[in-house]
Amino acid sequence: MRARLTSPQALEKLRAELTARRDPKKPALSVCAGTGCVAYGALKLADAVREEVRKRGLEDRLEVRINGCHGFCERGPLVLCHPHGFFYQRVQPSDVGEILEQSTLGGKPIERLQYVDPVTGARAVRQEDVGFYKHQMRVLLEYNGWIDPTSIEDYIAVGGYAALAKALSTMKPEEVLDAIYRSGLRGRGGGGFPAGVKWKECRHAPAPDGVRYIIANGDEGDPGAFMDRSLMEGNPHLVIEGMILGAYAIAHPGHPVGYIYVRNEYPLAVERLGLALQTARELGLLGEQILGTDFSFDIQINRGGGAFVCGESTALMASIEGFVGEPRAKHIHTAVQGLYNKPTNLNNVETWANVPLILARGVDWFTSIGTGDVSRDPWGGSKGTKIFALVGKVNNTGLVEVPMGKTLREIIFDIGGGIRDGKQFKAVQTGGPSGGCLPASHLDMPVDFDRLTEAGSMMGSGGMIVMDDSTCMVDVARYFLHFLADESCGKCVTCREGLKHLCRIVDRICAGQGREGDLELLDEISLTVEKASLCALGQTAPNPLRSTMRYFQDEYVAHIRDRKCPAKVCKALITFGINDKCTGCMVCARNCPTGAITGERKKLHVIDQQKCIKCGVCQEVCKFDAVDVA
Amino acid sequence: MDLANVDRIVDKYQGSAAALLPILQDIQAQENWLPREALARVAEKLQVPLTRVYGMATFFRAFSLKPRGKHICTVCMGTACHVRGAPKLVEKIERDMKIKAGETTPDLEFTLETVNCVGACALGPLVILDGTYHGNITSAKLDKVLKGIGRSK
Amino acid sequence: MSEQHPFGAPVTFQVEGRPYEAHYGDGLLETLRKYGYEVPSLCHHEAVSPYGACRLCLVEVVDKRGRRKITTSCNFPVQPGIDVRLDTPDVVRHRRVVLELLLAMAPRSPELQALAAEHGVTTGRLEPDETAEDCILCGLCERVCREVVGANAIAMSARGTAKKMTTPYDAENPACIACGACVYVCPTKCIGLEEADGQRTIVRWGRTLPLAVCEQTGRAFTPRFLLEHYAQELGGLDEKVFRKAPPYR
Repeated sequence: MRARLTSPQALEKLRAELTARRDPKKPALSVCAGTGCVAYGALKLADAVREEVRKRGLEDRLEVRINGCHGFCERGPLVLCHPHGFFYQRVQPSDVGEILEQSTLGGKPIERLQYVDPVTGARAVRQEDVGFYKHQMRVLLEYNGWIDPTSIEDYIAVGGYAALAKALSTMKPEEVLDAIYRSGLRGRGGGGFPAGVKWKECRHAPAPDGVRYIIANGDEGDPGAFMDRSLMEGNPHLVIEGMILGAYAIAHPGHPVGYIYVRNEYPLAVERLGLALQTARELGLLGEQILGTDFSFDIQINRGGGAFVCGESTALMASIEGFVGEPRAKHIHTAVQGLYNKPTNLNNVETWANVPLILARGVDWFTSIGTGDVSRDPWGGSKGTKIFALVGKVNNTGLVEVPMGKTLREIIFDIGGGIRDGKQFKAVQTGGPSGGCLPASHLDMPVDFDRLTEAGSMMGSGGMIVMDDSTCMVDVARYFLHFLADESCGKCVTCREGLKHLCRIVDRICAGQGREGDLELLDEISLTVEKASLCALGQTAPNPLRSTMRYFQDEYVAHIRDRKCPAKVCKALITFGINDKCTGCMVCARNCPTGAITGERKKLHVIDQQKCIKCGVCQEVCKFDAVDVA
Repeated sequence: MDLANVDRIVDKYQGSAAALLPILQDIQAQENWLPREALARVAEKLQVPLTRVYGMATFFRAFSLKPRGKHICTVCMGTACHVRGAPKLVEKIERDMKIKAGETTPDLEFTLETVNCVGACALGPLVILDGTYHGNITSAKLDKVLKGIGRSK
Repeated sequence: MSEQHPFGAPVTFQVEGRPYEAHYGDGLLETLRKYGYEVPSLCHHEAVSPYGACRLCLVEVVDKRGRRKITTSCNFPVQPGIDVRLDTPDVVRHRRVVLELLLAMAPRSPELQALAAEHGVTTGRLEPDETAEDCILCGLCERVCREVVGANAIAMSARGTAKKMTTPYDAENPACIACGACVYVCPTKCIGLEEADGQRTIVRWGRTLPLAVCEQTGRAFTPRFLLEHYAQELGGLDEKVFRKAPPYR
């Protein structure tokens, strides 16, 4: 049981003790155990590390640190060897002995575990040498590769809760609020609404009983986005400290009550946050009389139930109240009347994570990063960094943190390492189901809130999906339309019925039954869905369709007029065939689920088109590249 | 089913109707699905109409109103997984197990579910079997994984 | 919101440039209708809270700073200084699409066909659902059952295109008192009420209850269950009151 800290000074004393105890020269191994690496066997790897350390009697000489997400998911499992800083990728349990002998004890890097640049062939010794990391500005994710997310002491040792101590001992709540307002911090969940404006509205809203709700939106439902997950799993205290600062700024003096809403599909995040809250309470950083002041605030975790729409603030609040996640019109802002009709300040997890850094490093530091000018108006620019989940057809997939204003080209090519398998860039989808697809002509666009919106997409929560010429843009639109139709709460006619009919029409087009007038009909219906729907789900739902129709109209025309899918994806418009590279090995025939392939050993096989269901298994298993798709 | 379990769960949340979502989550975690009697009991104890409880149970995808299998196989249908062939995987499992997504095999051994993104996008396509994540999965790997729980073709 | 107006304070606003008075937070749709303006709607009823499902009551609102937006008027709170425009080209256009979407849901409904024709929509370009049962998911039945009657017998289940107004498990719900309020308020008349052999059936919910028979006339007049419900709710009334139909009490 930890001793409660009864003043900001006591916290600084603890921090000094922790840093004094730490020997920067002491060897350590940092193992990434974010959800991605865990799927690659990181927990087994961690066990192997502990076992080898024990076997060699190194427990006192070496620290084993199990971290949250390091970000370079493509190359997991990841290990950092301190104090040298050697960066190792695709590490297996069988590599651990060698790492300990050669690197930890011997001080030498192991070449076969190093990252090699696929273009230049250069070897990276340290993490900073890796192209993926070199061009990033890792401010929010800075300590993900070092701290143990289950240890509050680790967080304090690297400067955690210093912003809170500073605020409680030297700043009035209005001063904290003003700092956030002047920083121009804008919502990282999708809306890009200036946090300071919302905080002010919430602070000034009438609250007769002093109750104001402070909520972190961890619903992260955009498929392809896992930034919030990595923050919640890898550095939960950063988010919590942000919320405590927010509660102080918005609701003190008063009775702030906090919630973190985590989507159902993130069990590890729930666990880490739960533990973090518990230890924060033990130390007196959360709960009654925080750090011995008259400021009290506590946070509870609510889990989602599997509904994307609950990322919408009013739907999220409805589900906390025990009702279905149906949004309501926000003519009265939730900052004034939100949860239980009381003033509620809801911000995204990543937005909250920025708050301690702004207060610790200063508003000027924050405004020096990013685009535009927020000195007169927080809407005037996009400040700070943004974490993106770069996935899809790039070489280096993972979590990328860059200053606002970095171009798509820099992110996709310098950091992402370009398109995999030597293919050509076709499009990048940003903003998840609320965003749009941008073509190559937009690669030099600086990424910030306003530029993306002008181009017909939006930043959204930060998902960035890269596509090459093997992606059918009509199929992408179809995917998103079905996703949204599935996730729509179903309350308003425009979203529910509009999406239903848009799905039907695009399904027909992908099935080769497109008609004259379909594009106009899609345009008309989707415009009404955009303008007349009740909430942001419906209002942004047409974006993937409209952006692909805008930038890839030729593909739509090919599907409708020519009954062809240029990317060879839409099943009804393609045929599988076997070419003369076939050696007659019969592997495909054995694996075909419908028995559509006939052929004897060493003779050319044939696919019966009547039986073929276009599942693609034959192409997957053929070792001779003998299966063509036309 | 033992309704005392339901009562315990409702009491854990002090009988607050606002906790309807976590209450149902806890019941499903315990029973592997939401039996009708459980919903009726929840409505009774919380003093809310059954329509509200039923509405919650059918709105949120986390819940199943039918018994689920011993083994739960979830295929991620996020965008990154979609472009890497997740739908084909679902079709394959549907063919092999002779059930559709959302259904359970008649012997109550195996349930196939889909989910809209678990946030492990660099590893797509991805399948979660009984809580274990299997990334970069192909048809062949999938067969191996399913064989591991005694479900080969 | 730079100025804080408490809800209920008197405000002035404009419709088509003409000044009117209301109170801060009044529902815009009801206020417009009070002043004689016609705005179509299907899911709105003064007896229950606004819902915003049908999207027919669209108007264009220009705020004090000149920013315009298209919004439903049923759930829009009147604020000082707004100028409301009805039937602008955008509003008309979106309303027509909404009517097409509604027609596809309830192709056989004469009420909907008439409303659509009134606004220039005669044929939908959209394929109607094969199993369309004329329910447009306006939610009026549920709101009446919950907010006015207090029986809470029906509610929406599921979401998205699977959304359905129904009883739990689609089974007969003992909470239903067969009062018929839902039947009365339904804009497409798709719920159905039948009486035969001393029983009343609310068709869509599959609820059948025996009718009480008036001592005086010998005719069935209301479900017994309903009388029991009233006796409970109203309390303190002699049960003899309920043995005759109202004109004969």
